[in-house]
Amino acid sequence: MNTGLYKYILGIADNCLILGQRLGELCGHGPNLETDIACTNLSLDLLGQVRSYYQYAAKLKADDSTEDDIAFLRNEREYVNVLLVEQPNTDFAYVMGRQFLFDAFHLMFLKELQNSHDITLSAIAKKSIKEVSYHHRFSSDWVKRLGDGTEESHSKMQSAINDLWTYTDELFHLTEADEEMIKEGIGVDTPKFKDEYYNHLTDILEEATLTVPESKYFHKGGKLGIHSENMGFILSDLQYMQRTYPNMQW
Amino acid sequence: MVIEKTHIDAHLIPILEKVTDPEIPVLSILDMGVVRSAIENDGKVLVKITPTYSGCPAMDVIGDDIITALEKEGYQATIELVLAPAWTTDWITDRGRNALEKYGIAPPLDPDADKEALLGNKKIVKCTLCGSKNTHLVSQFGSTACKALFKCDDCQEPFDYFKCLK
Repeated sequence: MNTGLYKYILGIADNCLILGQRLGELCGHGPNLETDIACTNLSLDLLGQVRSYYQYAAKLKADDSTEDDIAFLRNEREYVNVLLVEQPNTDFAYVMGRQFLFDAFHLMFLKELQNSHDITLSAIAKKSIKEVSYHHRFSSDWVKRLGDGTEESHSKMQSAINDLWTYTDELFHLTEADEEMIKEGIGVDTPKFKDEYYNHLTDILEEATLTVPESKYFHKGGKLGIHSENMGFILSDLQYMQRTYPNMQW
Repeated sequence: MVIEKTHIDAHLIPILEKVTDPEIPVLSILDMGVVRSAIENDGKVLVKITPTYSGCPAMDVIGDDIITALEKEGYQATIELVLAPAWTTDWITDRGRNALEKYGIAPPLDPDADKEALLGNKKIVKCTLCGSKNTHLVSQFGSTACKALFKCDDCQEPFDYFKCLK
């Protein structure tokens, strides 16, 4: 098995899985019907993308593993998503802030992944980028609307951005698998668009009349499997059925 | 793996034409553009389909429906899901666009107009009931991933708009 490629795929896919799970938690709990449906639609797109990635990863493993085994039967330390996506749905400003900070990255990432030498990853990227551009439009609109809204919505949006900002740097950390895949022309050299990413955030935040955080302290660990306390709760929800009734199917 | 053009054996077209999208039952999967190829070889048919959206839950049902439809005519079918080239709303045929509109779903505009419509900048989406363009966006995301929700300000009817995907 190409271990580097397998790990690299999980590095992309786990972000979509955990964020998709977080958004799915809002099903029936969104602030209003439209945003409730929107968040679950974003979740559906992300979980659809995850299936493509995990199916490919399962094929690489070439044992009996299926996409479901990869999604449901790993332990916490084996998930390599960034810490940003596991942050809780504190309030709607946090949900949209988290989404915006991720979407901006995701869009730039997929733009590059389209040129991957790996034809499957390139195909998934070409498919996903169309969906993610809708996500990005939705989340950046909400950041602007809440930021440039009432005094209360502004202060909630600002505190969400202040908190979540400290998780953005990790998006650009490179694991061993990342470096190996970049060398092979398969992976995306994310540090290359780091400046572009922060410039874009600055543009949107300024338009939203929000202050760009100056914090130089950033959290890290998710990409290496070391997660925040949120992760155990997410997994206990996500994995409950498969752990309780192994091999259960709908 | 890349299929640039569709190739569907002519004698299979009448069979596949009858299979519809479960969420839009007036729309044949051929008019939807999800069938990329269907080739028969000695009673065995390989059908390649592509999803509209990655998470579209209709794909499994469409695959099963194709197998059933072909089985009825004595063929043994296998379904293969292909991702490249990625589906675009451009592949919906004119007949498909008409069917959508008649069913109450406004067909996709071109990408620039689509953006203006979804940002609420211009009133350009036509109400499927009365034909007025005096409509407004209610929600960027509608009942399925591929649709947005609009409302007509003349006849007051809410309706779906099929988002442009290009």
